[in-house]
Amino acid sequence: MLKTLGAQVKEYKTVSIMTPIVMIIEVIMEMIIPLMMASIIDDGIEAGNITHVLIVGGLMVLAAIVGFSAGTLGGIFGAKASTGFARNLRKAMYENIQTFAFSNIDKFSTAGLVTRMTTDVTNLQNAYQMILRMCFRAPFSIIIAMFMAFSISPRLASIYLIAVVVLSIVMIIIMATTMKYFSEVFKKYDDMNNSVKENVSAIRVVKAYVREEHEQKKFTTASGNIYKMFVKAESMIAKVSPVMNATVYICILAISWVGAHMVVGSELTTGNLTSMLTYCMNILMNLMMLSMIFVMVTMSMASARRICEVLEEKAEIVNPSGPVMEVNDGSIWFDHVNFAYTKDAKEYVLNDINLRIKSGETIGIVGGTGSAKSSLVNLISRLYDVSADGDVENGPTGAVYVGGVDVRDYDLETLRNEVAVVLQKNVLFSGTILENLRWGKKDATLEECKRACALACADEFIEQMPDKYETYIEQGGTNVSGGQKQRLCIARALLKQPKILILDDSTSAVDTATDARIRKAFAEEIPNTTKLIIAQRISSVQNADRIIVMDNGRVNGFGTHEELLENNAIYRDVYESQTQGNGDFDENGGEL
Amino acid sequence: MAGNAKQFSGPGRRNMGPRPKLENPMGIFKRIMKYVLKNYLVHCIIVLVCIFVAVLASVQGTMFTKDLIDVYIKPMIGQANPDYAPLLAAMSRVAIFYSIGIVATYVNARIMVNVTQGTLRDLRNDMFTHMETLPIRYFDTHSHGDIMSIYTNDIDTLRQMISQSIPQFINSAVTIVSVFISMLVLSVPLTILEVVMLGLIMTVSRKLVSLSGKFFISQQKDLGALNGFIEEMMDGQKVIKVFCHEEESKYRFNELNEALFTSAYNANKYVNIMGPVNVQLGNLSYVVCAVVGCVISINGLFGGGLSVGSLVSFLTFTKQFNMPINQISQQFNSVIMALAGADRIFKLLDEEPEVDNGYVTLVRAKEENGELTECSERTGIWAWKHTHQATGLTDYVRLTGDIVFDDVDFGYVPEKMVLHNVKMFATPGQKIAFVGSTGAGKTTITNLINRFYDIQDGKIRYDGININKIKKADLRRSLGIVLQETHLFSTTVMENIRYGKLDATDEEVYAAARLANADGFIKHLPDGYNTVLTGDGANLSQGQRQLLAIARAAIADPPVLILDEATSSIDTRTERLVQDGMDKLMSGRTTFVIAHRLSTVRNSDCIMVLEKGYVIERGTHDQLIEEQGRYYQLYTGNAPKTATV
Repeated sequence: MLKTLGAQVKEYKTVSIMTPIVMIIEVIMEMIIPLMMASIIDDGIEAGNITHVLIVGGLMVLAAIVGFSAGTLGGIFGAKASTGFARNLRKAMYENIQTFAFSNIDKFSTAGLVTRMTTDVTNLQNAYQMILRMCFRAPFSIIIAMFMAFSISPRLASIYLIAVVVLSIVMIIIMATTMKYFSEVFKKYDDMNNSVKENVSAIRVVKAYVREEHEQKKFTTASGNIYKMFVKAESMIAKVSPVMNATVYICILAISWVGAHMVVGSELTTGNLTSMLTYCMNILMNLMMLSMIFVMVTMSMASARRICEVLEEKAEIVNPSGPVMEVNDGSIWFDHVNFAYTKDAKEYVLNDINLRIKSGETIGIVGGTGSAKSSLVNLISRLYDVSADGDVENGPTGAVYVGGVDVRDYDLETLRNEVAVVLQKNVLFSGTILENLRWGKKDATLEECKRACALACADEFIEQMPDKYETYIEQGGTNVSGGQKQRLCIARALLKQPKILILDDSTSAVDTATDARIRKAFAEEIPNTTKLIIAQRISSVQNADRIIVMDNGRVNGFGTHEELLENNAIYRDVYESQTQGNGDFDENGGEL
Repeated sequence: MAGNAKQFSGPGRRNMGPRPKLENPMGIFKRIMKYVLKNYLVHCIIVLVCIFVAVLASVQGTMFTKDLIDVYIKPMIGQANPDYAPLLAAMSRVAIFYSIGIVATYVNARIMVNVTQGTLRDLRNDMFTHMETLPIRYFDTHSHGDIMSIYTNDIDTLRQMISQSIPQFINSAVTIVSVFISMLVLSVPLTILEVVMLGLIMTVSRKLVSLSGKFFISQQKDLGALNGFIEEMMDGQKVIKVFCHEEESKYRFNELNEALFTSAYNANKYVNIMGPVNVQLGNLSYVVCAVVGCVISINGLFGGGLSVGSLVSFLTFTKQFNMPINQISQQFNSVIMALAGADRIFKLLDEEPEVDNGYVTLVRAKEENGELTECSERTGIWAWKHTHQATGLTDYVRLTGDIVFDDVDFGYVPEKMVLHNVKMFATPGQKIAFVGSTGAGKTTITNLINRFYDIQDGKIRYDGININKIKKADLRRSLGIVLQETHLFSTTVMENIRYGKLDATDEEVYAAARLANADGFIKHLPDGYNTVLTGDGANLSQGQRQLLAIARAAIADPPVLILDEATSSIDTRTERLVQDGMDKLMSGRTTFVIAHRLSTVRNSDCIMVLEKGYVIERGTHDQLIEEQGRYYQLYTGNAPKTATV
């Protein structure tokens, strides 16, 4: 983990090393200045020696300037190193995510990735800065102070040693307990967040059932739990400063008492006793600092782990060496294809698929939820790879060929440009309609975009919008209706002018009439493109050249509408249920 | 000190949108203090006393170490039998003061935990309670992520401020005042000098604080922008892959990432510099005071009032004076952020709640000799209790589910009407279907009957009573809603169904589930009815979630139903179950259904065809087919005989 994270320091290595060095210089000044202050008093003021005051004062100003420079540089270096490190981490994560295959993406949730790139990185940034600025400074400061204390009087210094050991043990106990409580707190936090989230998104349900008070009770319990855990955790922390104070006070008293005897017994000078008392605060404050760093670093471990998960995730689909850069035609051949989403899956999602689809054919695909329709088409543009031989207990797995070439031999970008998929869960991005459309083809002219929209029957509503093609689409496309969004997504895919077009249930929110018009436009305007249409409505596929009936990961039937009605029980069943009153009332609404 | 750890790992520190400049920081601060003091006045007074005691104990300690050598040790030096009694006595006295100080420190810290956490709990509860009273419009017009971040991020910033910054301020203020007075007693001219030096430190500090504050705000803004971008891109990651758009998305990411780096770097830089600047300026003022003090003392200036001993003490105080100043300036940024957070909290608390002027209530009733009377036992009969405002007479109207829309106009914003002159009526038990293309205003109707939104013009009557006169809670209790988008809660299946009727027995839940055709799949879940749902029922299919929503509505058993039928995106088998469940639910109830299914439409008593907010056709299926209008066109796909709209 450290290696992965360390690799992201990159160009900030120098400042990362410089930070502790200048911090140590600052510490040295910090240790020297009190000595000078004492000297001003003892040898200058008490002795009435103004020259001494001026000389030492001058030296002290010098030391202050050095300390200031070192401290400032430390601050600047520390800020640069930590924020730069954070920048590199975010960048590395983002770039790695861009190489992810679908199977990699499936492992992470959007919220999880966002948290990793923001909160977790910020946590690590703070911890890194803390380590650079304090991790060397504090122990160094303790060591110097200890060294000086011991050089003055080992007997008195041993009091500090005892105090340091005792305080460390107490602190570790307190911190360990606190951390346990805090991790509980965060769990309770999740509960409360969940309660808020559910209420915000399900507010219509809450209000419709008049359950406001019920929800308030639930929430009050959740927030009460947080309160209890927090009070528990922070009560532990509340013990820290009294314990700290007690140790300092006991040290002062012990030193005073023992020191007094030593001074009286002429074993110690009065000046030395004063110095010993100054070191007391110094040592214990720095110890305190160390325990804080300890907590911070431990708490950031969880963040570090989450970040590493992303950084260490290896893309499962990569470009082959010496890839094929040209797709000949839109023919598709599934040759004994078996497929499972994970390597350790017990069963295949797709079983022994054998299909030959000619270039330019229109193929409908129907089947119930979980019959693996989407899985089937996702293999064509290599969004997932066919399972490798021997992944699952059964025998060898086949291959998917596009234009007569195994998809795994194509350059990924070439393949995906020629095989356009309109995903079932599709999204538009914030930006104008035109910008969204140009995802399909970067340099598409307005005319080209208009033509694609006409094919997808999207032009009609775009033209009615005040800004037409310059209309701004909100994040997630919230300002267009579901059907409009789907049509825009189709238009976007069409701009690629692909050899194969796959619509994965992409017209479910489009009314039947428009759906029919889109299909008609496809048939007339892009006859040479192979079209695969997954749909729930039989009406969407019944005019296709051939229809695939999927059932439980297998091809149950493959033929024309009439053939399937004749000899496929599943197809007939679905058809009948949709036409005998369970279908959409505007089922037949079609070509105007 | 503890605050660092907490500030560090707030869960879900996400979605920090751009924060505008604060308008009235003092006002916000006062309001926070008022809120804290409202419930914790006594606590706060104790805390104040404790801080005072702790500072005094520490000052007392400083005095002792100063006197240790001169007063106690020096007289003993050289004596054969030194008398340690005075030292022991002094030390015992100091030890007692120290003990009191330690206790005070602990009491202070411990009470602050309760004050801080208690205030935050109260704030959260108040926010939630208030949020529940807000109209649907609030939720429709505010980003859900933003609302959630008030409960986490903004509350978090306040915790830092209440638990740390404010006590720190008080502590520092007490120290500064007590030290200042001591200094003034020792030497007026030197105090003036020190104040001048302090002015310099403050000026520099303020400059740095405002600089870093500026960058902190832009850091939050940049973080928000990056956060939003990542969220959008991660949501669309699969689309990015499909369109090979990786490079473009990286390009924009890098821009935002650089911006965040720059502002974060600067914000951190100025905060980091503040420490050394304050400390070293403090040292500088020490030297200046030492030199000037020395000159004054040796030359006996200003009446020769400054003894060597006083000068030494003065210099010690100089050190103590500078420390709290440094501590205060370190807290400034967290205060700025807390005020911005508090601003958003108060904005939520200040949102106008839903108004409810309804006075007609729903009561259980029984029928005796043809007269309805109120009763407490379950009779299965409900009545509207209508106390007429003009006459003060009360009459009871039986709840039957008779709904009338009388010339209803409605728009989400006044400038843009969505529904125009909608007229319709549904007698008890009738089924009214709404059809029309997307955006025709079908969904809007579901928002009006239950008064999620209020109509601009016209009237909606329920059993002859204007719905504006009915208490909202009672109105909504008499209506069941099944929406296309199903929302479930993170609890068991059983509790999710019971949501419709909190006091339902298990048997009633089973019955409702059977009616909704949900029983079958529930039994196959790992723990049956006790299976805990998470993430809005993420472990269920769309169809199954809908079945649960139907069961939830069934158990509530309302006389009037509002249904939003799903479009055909569920697979046929589940769909049939859903359809069948809905049919059973609809039987015997007045139902408004946004219809897609042929069977639903055909079985409706009346079909309303909506187009651009107008009802353009109405009638039964057969009548509308006969008319050969828009409905005919939708149904058959043939061109209408008569032009519409």
